[in-house]
Amino acid sequence: MGGVLSTRAKVWWAVITVVVLVGALFPVLSIFMTSFKSSSDLNSGTFLPPRWSTDNYEQILSTGGSAQDLFLSALRNSIGISLIATVIAVVLATLCAYAIARLDFPGKRLILTTALGVSIFPVVSIVTPLFNLWRNIGLYDTWIGLIIPYLSLTLPISIWTLAAFFRQIPWELEQAAQVDGATPWQAFRKAIVPLAAPGVFTTALIAFFIAWNDFVYGISLTSTDAARPVPAALAFFTGASYFEEPTGAISAAAVVVTIPVVALVILFQRQIVSGLTQGAVKG
Amino acid sequence: MSTSTERSGRSSGRSSGTDHGAPDAAAKAARSDRARSEARLGWLLAGPAFVVMLAVTLYPILQATYDSLFNYKLTAPDDRTFVGLNNYLVILTDSVWWRDLGVTVFITVVTVAVELVLGFALALVMHRAIKRLRGLLRTAILVPYGIITVVSAFAWFYAFDITSGYVNNWFDWVPGIGPDLNWFAQQGTSLFVIIASEVWKTTPFISLLLLAGLAQVPGELEEAAKVDGATAWQRFTRVIVPNMKAAIMVAVLFRALDAFRIFDNVFIMTNGANNTEVLSLLAYRTSIGQLQIGMGSAISVLLFLCVVVICFVAIKLFKVDLAGARGEK
Repeated sequence: MGGVLSTRAKVWWAVITVVVLVGALFPVLSIFMTSFKSSSDLNSGTFLPPRWSTDNYEQILSTGGSAQDLFLSALRNSIGISLIATVIAVVLATLCAYAIARLDFPGKRLILTTALGVSIFPVVSIVTPLFNLWRNIGLYDTWIGLIIPYLSLTLPISIWTLAAFFRQIPWELEQAAQVDGATPWQAFRKAIVPLAAPGVFTTALIAFFIAWNDFVYGISLTSTDAARPVPAALAFFTGASYFEEPTGAISAAAVVVTIPVVALVILFQRQIVSGLTQGAVKG
Repeated sequence: MSTSTERSGRSSGRSSGTDHGAPDAAAKAARSDRARSEARLGWLLAGPAFVVMLAVTLYPILQATYDSLFNYKLTAPDDRTFVGLNNYLVILTDSVWWRDLGVTVFITVVTVAVELVLGFALALVMHRAIKRLRGLLRTAILVPYGIITVVSAFAWFYAFDITSGYVNNWFDWVPGIGPDLNWFAQQGTSLFVIIASEVWKTTPFISLLLLAGLAQVPGELEEAAKVDGATAWQRFTRVIVPNMKAAIMVAVLFRALDAFRIFDNVFIMTNGANNTEVLSLLAYRTSIGQLQIGMGSAISVLLFLCVVVICFVAIKLFKVDLAGARGEK
């Protein structure tokens, strides 16, 4: 296809590509540059750091760094809580979506409508009652206290995405395998699992992004580093001393938590796009 | 729901035991038997997810509705008194609620309008791009999608901030922008940066929804219009847009509902200062910040009702077919 483009079209496409790349990546570059400014250069008013310094990264990563405890515990909380909330959501959603795609039963529409309703629910409306309840029953500032409300974020989208994926699987393959002499379990494992696995993986990736992004639950339902996730911790960072702005440490922490996102996006862009659009239009 | 499942399960067990009728009746019984056991299995598999979804949303909103009828502060938990709808009266007669509603609606409308234009442009670019470019473009636009909203808020904040930012230096040739411009000291400029961060972070989502819609426009229609001498703009407004109306409506509604809940960007950049407070922040400040559970719950319920009204208007007035467009046949 590349050969048929005229020179003019090529130039146009080059310009468009550069514009999109700059627009999409510039804010990331911006905070990346800030993270390499030493504390005396933070107010330099320049985009590039006048001198490249890794002080900010030492503050959040090296032993003895002023924000190290805060950041590393937040990182641990975020990874643990988001992963568990993702796994629970994907397991429940896989069973649910399988039933929706393959079985005929009353209430299917009700389940899908409920998932839609939950996905547009204002998070802040959930947080007030939970805040009070969690304090009374001891779930405030715990992992479980965040995992449960995170399901309201991860479960609905997982159900929609997986139901759309599962509708496209040629389920006759399972019967064909059984006719050929496979046991039902073998038929399921050999014929269906390889087809369903990519959808499940993509759904998990999208659900994880959503849990990883949460801020409202994170700041409302935690108070210490026992459960506080990264986005909430960033908002509570303080400088190395009372008089110092935490700009450098926040920027460095922001870059560290963005690296895995960029890596996952580069590795799985095709799957993420198909997952996001599958759930959105007729599957 | 689980009780009805059990009941159908039990009755199906009984009918399979009395299987002596005419062959026709037996076949019918077997069929309904099968339907019942299928329904039972269906709810067995889908039930847990359904119950969890209700537990994490229905319970809190009912609890909030109940709490909203009390004068209930955690600073004085024993003084809880029933006040009926008084909390709602207080909120709806307070100018803060209406100011915050105005700011929220403004942010929602501007954000969605800008994103629709940018999202369409991006979707068209990705739709037309040759294969080699497509992967690169998709990877690039997924970066904002995947990034934490709080990180985006800090990135934009530091770029514009009067002490650490470089925007004032770069754009001092623009009238009104100079080294003394403090973007976060007044409403208009604060909202500009807040909206910029929100648009940057969420345009990829809307553009992917529109891209999926574009893929459904029959290519022959566009070809035919081209042959008939339609310009690119005519093809866009007369062929492409009308054929993906459903996808556009769904994308707009989803983004509008999402933008209406905006919290992170405002919290990080201004925390509501200079008349930039939004409704989610008002609810958070009242219940979590000031521990006024009764009043905060009332705001939460009102916020929920706003979302319901937006949905209702979209579905009834604009006939947005959410279920149809989201995969249900």
